[in-house]
Amino acid sequence: MSAIEGLDTAVHHEEHAHHHEPQSFWQKYVFCEDHKVIAKQYLITGIVWAVIGISMSVIFRIQLGMPDSNLSWLKPILGGWISETGKLDPNFYLALVTMHGTIMVFFVLTAGLSGTFSNFLIPLQIGARDMASGFMNMLSYWFFFLASVIMFGSLFLQAGPAAGGWVIYPPLSALPQAHPGSGMGMTLWLISMAFFIVSQLLGGINYITTVINLRTRGMSFDRLPLTIWSFLITAVLGLISFPVLLSSVLLLIFDRHFGTSFYLSEIYINGEALPNVGGSPILFQHLFWFLGHPEVYIVLLPGLGITSEVIATNSRKPIFGYRAMIASMLGIAFLAFIVWAHHMFVTGMNPFLGSVFMFLTLIIAVPSAVKGFNYITTLWKGNIVFTPAMLFAIGMVSLFVSGGLTGIILGNSALDIQLHDTYFVVAHFHLVMGAASAFGLFAGVYHWFPKMFGKMMNTTLGQIHFWFSFIGIYLVFIPMHYVGIAGFPRRYYQFTSYDFTHKFMDMNMFISVAAILSFLAQFIFLYNFFRSIFKGKTAPKNPWRSNTLEWTTPIVPGHGNWEGELPAVYRWSYDYSKPGAKEDFIPQNIPYSQTLESNFPHENELIATEKEIEAQNFNDQFNTAH
Amino acid sequence: MENIQHLKVDKEPKETLAMDPMKFILWLFLVSIIMLFASQTSAYLVRRAEGNWLEFEMPRIFWYSTAVLIVSSLAMQWAYFSAKKDDFKSLKIAISITFVLGLAFLWMQFEGWKQLVAMNVYFVGNPSGSFFYVFTGLHGFHIISGIIVLIYAWRAVFKQKVHSKNLRQIQICATYWHFLDLLWLYLFVFLLTFN
Repeated sequence: MSAIEGLDTAVHHEEHAHHHEPQSFWQKYVFCEDHKVIAKQYLITGIVWAVIGISMSVIFRIQLGMPDSNLSWLKPILGGWISETGKLDPNFYLALVTMHGTIMVFFVLTAGLSGTFSNFLIPLQIGARDMASGFMNMLSYWFFFLASVIMFGSLFLQAGPAAGGWVIYPPLSALPQAHPGSGMGMTLWLISMAFFIVSQLLGGINYITTVINLRTRGMSFDRLPLTIWSFLITAVLGLISFPVLLSSVLLLIFDRHFGTSFYLSEIYINGEALPNVGGSPILFQHLFWFLGHPEVYIVLLPGLGITSEVIATNSRKPIFGYRAMIASMLGIAFLAFIVWAHHMFVTGMNPFLGSVFMFLTLIIAVPSAVKGFNYITTLWKGNIVFTPAMLFAIGMVSLFVSGGLTGIILGNSALDIQLHDTYFVVAHFHLVMGAASAFGLFAGVYHWFPKMFGKMMNTTLGQIHFWFSFIGIYLVFIPMHYVGIAGFPRRYYQFTSYDFTHKFMDMNMFISVAAILSFLAQFIFLYNFFRSIFKGKTAPKNPWRSNTLEWTTPIVPGHGNWEGELPAVYRWSYDYSKPGAKEDFIPQNIPYSQTLESNFPHENELIATEKEIEAQNFNDQFNTAH
Repeated sequence: MENIQHLKVDKEPKETLAMDPMKFILWLFLVSIIMLFASQTSAYLVRRAEGNWLEFEMPRIFWYSTAVLIVSSLAMQWAYFSAKKDDFKSLKIAISITFVLGLAFLWMQFEGWKQLVAMNVYFVGNPSGSFFYVFTGLHGFHIISGIIVLIYAWRAVFKQKVHSKNLRQIQICATYWHFLDLLWLYLFVFLLTFN
């Protein structure tokens, strides 16, 4: 509904866009419709959420690794959640785990990653003045902000925030009696997520429209950088899966507040039967995981796209298998929708159905392996430049591969009986989706920081940040696989009461120490990031000698990105180290007629089309009002 | 490198603009609504297959409301054709008919709910009834949003802003309204088939 109302307003605004009226502070920095400012708003909000989300994990890691420690020093922050004897409240432990998952998956790695880089890079890399609808884009951020405020507010409830796990399975999430957090905390969680979904849909619709309709002249689909392909596919995934989450959340709200029985059936609490009859909690899991599984790829694909770009640029080599990269992303996106039930192998599913989903799940290994292979062959014999972005991109590939391998194990419905809901699963998805996407995010920030702020980040600090994070993450999650195989279930408050867990106490402590160290390493990044915004060296126009269009803009691009006409595109974005060329890179806006010494025969034939490309009526939003 | 060879086949480089971005945005928005209702109806089927399902006859009035919505959709199309021909008189009549019939549809849906209650089918109770209310309610909510879009278009029509040179707004309005019509037809047939 709001999207439709937005249309009219957006039309009116864009018609006046080229008058360049002086903007007030509010228009320029707060309710801004410029995609670059919105991207930075997403990034900063994402960073704030990441600090909160990771701090939570440190608190429960201390609880798990050092169960006897005195946490009284956390009293100034956590107040009553720390008991008189310095113990963490078990209910609050569950809330921490839940909120850590919610925050990291949705607010950091979906909004913070997609929101930042789709917004920032799509117009800059396809040669557009701005998004298709700046107004909708602005709404998208402020809906996200509203969702953030509500979720943040829920942390301060007396009964605590939602605590039923980030997957909010009913009946735990549906009945206020189930847990203190299932009352107001869960209500706020649901409201916040409803706004979040609206935000993602507004943003995603805009990304897709912009990529398809606002490419500059000559920017055909087979010349799009892989980053744009990944953002496009991510947005399509979100468009198809987020409404389904809305659906499941809606029915849950009806169950909670109106007394319907979509998910509830024959439940006794303290010996008293609830009136709800005829619902099915498994129904919720189907609906939830129909979003939940694509969501994993919504988190991961932008990271993969960024990595493709960073690795090709810093290996000074064309990306290996450009078309295979696109095909494998499309394959992953398609498979993402037909594997959701592998999260439900042990919820009483028909074993035959389980084997179908197992088969489909294991097929995902094929496109993933293609991607891994292509990254490594792009690196192979390249003139590698180890910028911090490059280190994080390589680290991303490493984490993607080592986390993906355990996915093959978990995808087996038989093995899943042993491994379901253990720390093995936790280690698996933290490597392949959490850490890998976070590394993609870091690679993106280090790589495009000069374009965002016109300043350079400190390279040495970036490299130190990388090594601490990279080693730290492996030290956390490799031992965690063993803990999982040993049978430690996830989300348990402590493991002191069982015999079999005793001999793993040292390992748990080791994991916690490693987690705290890698947490501390992130402050190197924060210092580097914020210091460089103000005191960094001024960036050159094209610091990484890259081919894509964003580096042809002024150092700090203004409203409309390019001064004068939009650039035309004549070639793909991966002409690195082309034999015969003067430089080891040829930007996309250089016509073949200027690079006769390095053209392949079929490229010489394309020279004839250049005049036509130039003469094309391109999508300049300054000339034609959209 | 084969991608470049591909380009050679269609020597004429195509213009990159595929569609009016605002209309494209509308279509993507429709996709998200389709997914919302697709998930709802599949949830309905999954739940229905589990048994313990209350069967009830759909009140007559939903047949009539369906007819009303179809007529309003036809009127919308008439309005669009009139705008194309700069026939402002019939444009005003047509879009007003659409608007009135849209409101009538909402009222009839509400009457339908009352009749359901009279039949002892409640929102709170067996999921078969709950789903019926959720489907009609969600669709009604979207009809309200469609009516808001209609009001904008209606205002533009009476301010003489819609004519053969400026069809975008009425096109967006017509597409959305037809979509809501088709969506209801789908839900109606679905509920009749799997009651």
